[in-house]
Amino acid sequence: MKSLKAQGSNLADALTQVDILEHGYGDSFKLVPFQEKLQNVGLLPLRPTNINIFQVNVGKMCNQVCKHCHVDAGPDRKEIMTIETMQQCLDVLAANPQLNVVDLTGGAPEMNPNFRWFVQEIRKLDRHVIVRCNLTIILANKKYHDLPQFYKEHKIEVVSSLPFYTQDRTDRQRGNGVFEDSIKGLQMLNEVGYGIEGTGLTLNLVYNPAGAFLPPSQTALEAEYKQALMERYNIRFNQLFVITNMPISRYLDYLLQTGNYDKYMEKLTNAFNPAAAANVMCRSTLSIGWDGYIYDCDFNQMLEMKVDASSRHISAFDLAALQQRPIVINQHCFGCTAGSGSSCGGAVT
Amino acid sequence: MSNHYYNATDLGKFGNITDFQKEAGEKFFAWYGEVFKDSALSAREKSLIALAVAHAVQCPYCIDAYSSDAYEKGYSEEQMMEAVHVAAAIRGGASLVHGVQMMNKVKEIAM
Repeated sequence: MKSLKAQGSNLADALTQVDILEHGYGDSFKLVPFQEKLQNVGLLPLRPTNINIFQVNVGKMCNQVCKHCHVDAGPDRKEIMTIETMQQCLDVLAANPQLNVVDLTGGAPEMNPNFRWFVQEIRKLDRHVIVRCNLTIILANKKYHDLPQFYKEHKIEVVSSLPFYTQDRTDRQRGNGVFEDSIKGLQMLNEVGYGIEGTGLTLNLVYNPAGAFLPPSQTALEAEYKQALMERYNIRFNQLFVITNMPISRYLDYLLQTGNYDKYMEKLTNAFNPAAAANVMCRSTLSIGWDGYIYDCDFNQMLEMKVDASSRHISAFDLAALQQRPIVINQHCFGCTAGSGSSCGGAVT
Repeated sequence: MSNHYYNATDLGKFGNITDFQKEAGEKFFAWYGEVFKDSALSAREKSLIALAVAHAVQCPYCIDAYSSDAYEKGYSEEQMMEAVHVAAAIRGGASLVHGVQMMNKVKEIAM
């Protein structure tokens, strides 16, 4: 499988995606405007609460090509954050102690050649670091085999996708052989103490629905994951984050290709939850793109919707201005407000 | 009336039954919601029961709803088909067990 960009798909273009979400596709279901939903619950304009999460997308290169990927990441993606942009991020962190959590994502963030240096420099600034590790990268090449040890040394919180505790559902979403390598990766993380009580080394897993449906209850599913992974593979982890698939990029392509777009969007909009809307992650997060531009969230980043503020690039970072900004919203935002809500940290209610 | 009895989009209109009888409809949905809550049985277990019953009563709306619901709640295709087999076995058994009555009657009247 190739990325949409490599396929030359029209959905590789952010504007095309936005157009479909705003105006429908052929005779498709016409969405109620997200703006209207927020207006009705008194949340318009949506503004930040207290920004403390600094999420950095260090590049779109990945060893996997998952069907639901909102980044359209893959081995063919060459967009990668330079060391100069990383240094600008470090300068911003040094000047803004309020940004106490740094969330590193990709792609596979470990594929950025300066990834380890970046992690070490962030830790010197005494920030809590989250790395979104896809697990298979640990086994992809000898140079990555010591990642669990590296994470341990630097007290990194590891967050890893495992769409299900069975092979069929995982491989359908993430590619053949991914489940087996993911299990090996988890066992390697467990071996150095990740997910084991008392070690202080946090390993959280991420569930994404492998298909055109919404996620179930996070609490109930976490208990099932824990039981199944322990019984079958002797694997332990801390928390399960249940995340709704965002109808953009490759997941949007999947919905359209399979004729599931209308029903999925109807489900999302019908499940709009005002409590989830009040707690969306973009109110406490900033998302930095591989090229240094600033976004409200990783999804807006992929749709190329930059922040509505004077401070739009890491080189001109101004936390006070960003704290006052109206958050840029569009129809894809229904993905974060359905049911119990969805964020990079799972359910929000 | 349209020219067929079942329409998939009608499932989404289920909530509208309160338009013709508000009080009874609302009571039904409140009770329905209560039934499917996590309690002595989990919502997940109840979903699989509902899937089996949906097949026993052959309700296409229920099959649509609980096929999605059970899959969303993490049941595998194999588990879901086994639930359908349970429904089918009960239905088949329900017919077959009446054969005992037939046998009783035949024994009663036969020389």
